[in-house]
Amino acid sequence: MRSLFYVFTACAVIALAFWAYHENYKTQTVQTEAERLQREISEARARLRVLNAEWAYLNRPDRLRDLAEINFEKLGLLPLQPDQFGNVDQVSFPRSDENETIFSIVNGIEVSNSGALTETYP
Amino acid sequence: MIRTPLRPLARILDARAKGENPDKIERDNIRQRHETMRDRTRIRAEGRLLMLGVMFFLGFSTIGLRMGVIAQSEPAEPRTSLAGAQIVAQRADIVDRKGRVLATNLETHSLYAQPRHMIDPKGAADKLVAIFPDLDHARLIKDFTGDRKFLWIKKRISPEQKQAVHDIGDPGLLFGPREMRLYPNGRLAAHVLGGAGFGREGVHAAEVIGVAGVEKYFDDRLRDPAQGDKPLQLSIDLTIQSAIERVLYGGMRLMNAKGAAAILMDVHTGEVIAIASLPDFDPNDRPRPPTSGDPSDSPLFNRAVQGVYELGSTFKIFATAQALELGLVSTSSIIDTGQPLRVGGYSINEFERKNYGKLDVSSIIMKSSNRGTGRIALMIGPKRQKEFLGALGMFEATPLEIVEAKGGKPLIPQRWTDLSAVTISYGHGISNTPMHLAAGYAAIANGGYTIKPTLIKQDGPQYGPRIMRENVARASRDMLRRVVSDPDGTANFGEVPGYGVAGKTGTADKPKPSGGYYDDKVINTFASMFPVDNPKYVLIVTLDEPVETSGKKPRRTAGWTSVPVAAEIIQRIAPLMGLRPKIEPQPTTGITLTSN
Repeated sequence: MRSLFYVFTACAVIALAFWAYHENYKTQTVQTEAERLQREISEARARLRVLNAEWAYLNRPDRLRDLAEINFEKLGLLPLQPDQFGNVDQVSFPRSDENETIFSIVNGIEVSNSGALTETYP
Repeated sequence: MIRTPLRPLARILDARAKGENPDKIERDNIRQRHETMRDRTRIRAEGRLLMLGVMFFLGFSTIGLRMGVIAQSEPAEPRTSLAGAQIVAQRADIVDRKGRVLATNLETHSLYAQPRHMIDPKGAADKLVAIFPDLDHARLIKDFTGDRKFLWIKKRISPEQKQAVHDIGDPGLLFGPREMRLYPNGRLAAHVLGGAGFGREGVHAAEVIGVAGVEKYFDDRLRDPAQGDKPLQLSIDLTIQSAIERVLYGGMRLMNAKGAAAILMDVHTGEVIAIASLPDFDPNDRPRPPTSGDPSDSPLFNRAVQGVYELGSTFKIFATAQALELGLVSTSSIIDTGQPLRVGGYSINEFERKNYGKLDVSSIIMKSSNRGTGRIALMIGPKRQKEFLGALGMFEATPLEIVEAKGGKPLIPQRWTDLSAVTISYGHGISNTPMHLAAGYAAIANGGYTIKPTLIKQDGPQYGPRIMRENVARASRDMLRRVVSDPDGTANFGEVPGYGVAGKTGTADKPKPSGGYYDDKVINTFASMFPVDNPKYVLIVTLDEPVETSGKKPRRTAGWTSVPVAAEIIQRIAPLMGLRPKIEPQPTTGITLTSN
């Protein structure tokens, strides 16, 4: 009986030791993984900071103004002027011959807009 | 255990036969037994002591070794904590009111050398000079071949430069990681941001500390690791700031001024939306403070908060507003400005010795009559005038959150006499910064509440104590409106259709360092607010030594210099701020009548 108890205890010790060993290695793997992820996060953050800085640098008002001036022929951008404010009722409706049916309104948005433009700014 | 008998029979019998005392044998045996017992106990006690000693030794040496290891080893981050991921940068970003980046950090490298480890010092020096043309070749060779063990070569290098140095391949050239402060917008809002530099430096890291502006004022906040991921949000609007700097620069060149400043402030919150001072500098490469000459000529000088000037006639509205508040006059009260005014032995004259005759209070502001406001100041009296200007914050440096603001301490007369009261009523004899003026005009614009200028974004109005009634503020605004809208007003170039600009010009002669005033050097100021029926913003434009040369005679009054610049600024920025131009309500009949 006693020897059985000893054998059982020894087996339990071996099993526990194996379990602890196993858990230890699992913990270490998880830690390494966590470290790798943290490194990745910090690298991503650093990259994000650089990209943010670059975005801010590329969108600095000086550069945008220069670009607007260089591309004036294509874009025709000018500083916003007070007379560019308008009311909704100043926007002209599409001409009546263009909205006879609902279909023509839906399909004719392009057409009606271009008509409106030429009417407002002849 | 076999016990030895105390009286062994053989020895007793033997002793008896010899006639000896057998008790002696017993005593002898007892003694021997006691001695063995004592020896045993002693050995056991000694063993225990030894054991205890070993235990203590092991315990103390474990602690000692651990302490030694902790003291000697490099500190390591705890491997299993979440805190590490939170700290993103040494220094928090600075953003504008819409979250656009004004200052951020960038990782770069520093370059240092350990000449002892260098293989080819001369060749390395040659190649280094090829990469960095600003390095001194002879000096590098001297440093590399001398007995220096360590030297910094460059504090910050770009990745391309790093690669180029790497390609030299000398083991004595080493890199250390560095975090540098980057201002992506360059010169924009340079005086607000200030700049940053390196504090204590090591090979592996260097402190980034603010050296001026908000960077220095909020240094602790920006360096606080707990708030590292929360950017500091300023009240500045990048777009508006850029537009104002652009127009102001053009105006400064056009008016041949040597310097200019502009402040745009929200009248309800005290938020400074834009603040510009020209000439400016690039905070990425902040120049050193000048060691000689006038510090106010340096680009580092912030005219808007450090420039303490006599702001001239812009102060007149404070005199009339106080007189209205005290009920001494109404806007239509007639004051005789034709009669000479002598105070304390000095004669007070109008600009270019004009004579405006009898004027009502509104026209005194419109025509900017010195004698008119002088007489009003005499009605108010020095004591009450001092209290009023003090309540407007004209005697203290502005509480703006940049370190330079402390340098803008107003100059006020030591004794506030009647003469001081008269001259101060038209802005002479008291020197303030344009920021003080902006705060004062904001009080008129927002209906009579004092406000504190601030660079931090606020949520909603931040009113201080009230110093004038709502109707006094409105009457003052109407008077200021006439300065711009009336064809005879001093600021009639300031009219921007649809925005109802109201304001007051101020022209002050510059004081000579030796005393007295220059004849041909002036500071021109235009303090304005818009839109007048419900003012939202105050704009101050100051030009330093401007001269307008389109006429026969050079013109140096604010109406010809600062006012057109301010009008151009308002025309540019008001649409950007979403202000829709409005058809103005016609002036009230009361004002129409008085102008007749």
